[in-house]
Amino acid sequence: MATPAAPLPPRPAHPGAAGRVETVPVRLRVDGVDRELDLDPRVSVLDALRDRLGVTSVKKGCDHGQCGACTVLADGRRILSCLALAASYDGAEVTTSAGLGAPDRLGDLQEAFVARDALQCGYCTPGQICSAEGMLAEARAGMPSHVSPDVRDVDSPVELTDDEIRERMSGNLCRCGAYVNIVAAIGDVARARS
Amino acid sequence: MRPFVYERATDVADALDRAGDGAVFLAGGTNLVDHLRLGVRSAERLVDITRIGLDEVEELPGGGLRVGALVRNSDLAAHPALRRGFPVVAQALLAGASGQLRNMATTGGNLLQRTRCVYFQDVTMPCTKRDPGSGCSALEGYAAGNAIFETSPRCMAVHPSDLCVALVALDAVVRTTGPAGDREIPMTELYRRAEDGPETDTHLVPGELITHVDLPPLAPGTRSAYRKVRERASYAFALVSVAAALDVVDGRVRDARLGFGGVCHRPFRARRAEEALVGGPADAAAFAAAIDAELAHARPGRDNAAKVPILRNTALAVLAGLADEGARS
Repeated sequence: MATPAAPLPPRPAHPGAAGRVETVPVRLRVDGVDRELDLDPRVSVLDALRDRLGVTSVKKGCDHGQCGACTVLADGRRILSCLALAASYDGAEVTTSAGLGAPDRLGDLQEAFVARDALQCGYCTPGQICSAEGMLAEARAGMPSHVSPDVRDVDSPVELTDDEIRERMSGNLCRCGAYVNIVAAIGDVARARS
Repeated sequence: MRPFVYERATDVADALDRAGDGAVFLAGGTNLVDHLRLGVRSAERLVDITRIGLDEVEELPGGGLRVGALVRNSDLAAHPALRRGFPVVAQALLAGASGQLRNMATTGGNLLQRTRCVYFQDVTMPCTKRDPGSGCSALEGYAAGNAIFETSPRCMAVHPSDLCVALVALDAVVRTTGPAGDREIPMTELYRRAEDGPETDTHLVPGELITHVDLPPLAPGTRSAYRKVRERASYAFALVSVAAALDVVDGRVRDARLGFGGVCHRPFRARRAEEALVGGPADAAAFAAAIDAELAHARPGRDNAAKVPILRNTALAVLAGLADEGARS
């Protein structure tokens, strides 16, 4: 190693304590309910949902955009809520897995995950469900993937083979390794919806 | 994360007005937000440019494309004109990141993403790219990902983008606006070599904003493809990657474009290989000679020597595939 690490500069005192942070008003429609917040601009959509609004169906995994546990739909598109600053998503319609069904009326993806036993600990499952919802919409819209046979073919509908599902869901990690049943569950829904 | 002031720009002029004084533009945020959280960088102000427009793909006369800087990676990869005319670019986009990240990440942001060198992202370690003058921990440390082309002891990091490898190969042009007016910068001239000073990745000036990326048309009949080798099948950065476009007429190479990823501080244009290819036969022996002419300039180190044969095999497979595709049509 060239030189030892220089000591880290002192961190500033928590700005909340000093009251110097300029907050920003943020409106989000979360699972069909309008919510108004006044946030430190550093707050992610993930932390706004979990810590400010009590929407805990969305999970914090790595908080670095590497695991997919925090996946939600923003205006219908799947995103990583940990890398999304809430201020930048002002006005967005956010859907978490809780917005895709409820214990007494499961959504079709939720039903399929249960039927296929597509989970073990369940921590990644809400992100898997939201990601699958977004992925199915992308496939319906004809969006190609890395494993699509010919990217130049813009006319043929996307056929969601197991390889296609695996590739399109690769941003959602499952440490329990329930992948085989996750692919099967999503395949069931893809066929049922088509 | 250090505190910052959040501002939302309403249009390009407003974004430029808000630049300077410690301001950083925020687009998709997939790299920047993580870096703010890690302490890799800080900002006095974040100027959110996601609502200033620049989010359309325009077809230019003659077959080129003008891509707005804020077009999301997923939308660009799905655009019919891009898929038909520039498959190498669509494939490069689709080889990068995940579905969620591609929905967030923008074209301009992709060009300006930072290296994933572990030392750059670890604020407890020396890294001259992050902390100028502190040295390069990758020289003697974890070095399997290090550069093999245009290497410099100042910084061994590689550029992480897939898209940029395709863009340098196709001679894409970056259009910017800023304090000194509008500029057009060839992709091949946007990035600095490690030797030029790794503290800054590009030749953009502070406050300069990428507005578009222009893709010039390829000659009719040109085949193009992107291939990426990584340590798992999906959702990983490149060990090496190859972007290629090949125009073969009557068995001879009329035009060849080659970009390499994962091997250099900047997206690497393999001009020596291109020169060797053009005018020669489109066969395996000529391809091997051309790639070897480029690889003769590679400088692998202790832990990354495998990149040389992997890159060689990948480039040869891509060229053979393109020649074969052309011959079958």
